[in-house]
Amino acid sequence: MKNNILKLDITKDNCPITFVKAKLFMENLKKGEKTEILLTEGEPLENLPKALEEQGYKVLNINYVKDNIYKLLVEK
Amino acid sequence: MEKKKLSIIVFSGDFDKLVAVFTLASGAASVGYEVNLFFTFWGFNAIKIKKGHSFVGKGLLARFFNFFMGGLNNVPLSRLNFFGLSPKLMTGLMKKRNVATLEQLIEYSKQLGVNFYACEMSMVILGIKKEDLIPEIKEVLGVAKFLEYSKDGETLFI
Repeated sequence: MKNNILKLDITKDNCPITFVKAKLFMENLKKGEKTEILLTEGEPLENLPKALEEQGYKVLNINYVKDNIYKLLVEK
Repeated sequence: MEKKKLSIIVFSGDFDKLVAVFTLASGAASVGYEVNLFFTFWGFNAIKIKKGHSFVGKGLLARFFNFFMGGLNNVPLSRLNFFGLSPKLMTGLMKKRNVATLEQLIEYSKQLGVNFYACEMSMVILGIKKEDLIPEIKEVLGVAKFLEYSKDGETLFI
């Protein structure tokens, strides 16, 4: 399998743009496509995975990167 | 799953209150809510095509009123406006702190499919036609339709 996972970095963004960018990004993916989302702990980490799941996306894993940054692997 | 819904009556034409409106609208839309914005009276500041002070509308009085009311480019801060200086300073501050500006929030709301509606009665009073409003306005409506569209969701008045 090709390793061309798309990436989205919302670590520099604030509410509500963290959610807005994630949503618009996911909308443009094709079904089955995966993406890595870099986000910070706090509101984004607590709520984005839940919001994505609620909208039918699959959060495959959540990994700690460094400092206050985490990485989600999401599939449409 | 049942779709969650947020409806906001946008009564205010103040910069800060409009920031609240479009923050909630874009935020809610991006987490899967259906969002309905009902623009009425001062809220028309946000949806007129002409964003500055211009004589839109029908009738001399309405035209003057719309001129002084202005549009999105001159919405005032609800407090400490300092003759229009504050919204500009505030926008600068928002950019510097990497918080979305009012214009960006409105643009995101449109992209996320937020529904825009305009109040019929306000349009009659202000002498404004649908052509004077941004094309995103889906429908011009009254109380009955508003109640129907906002039913079974959460409603805010801003």
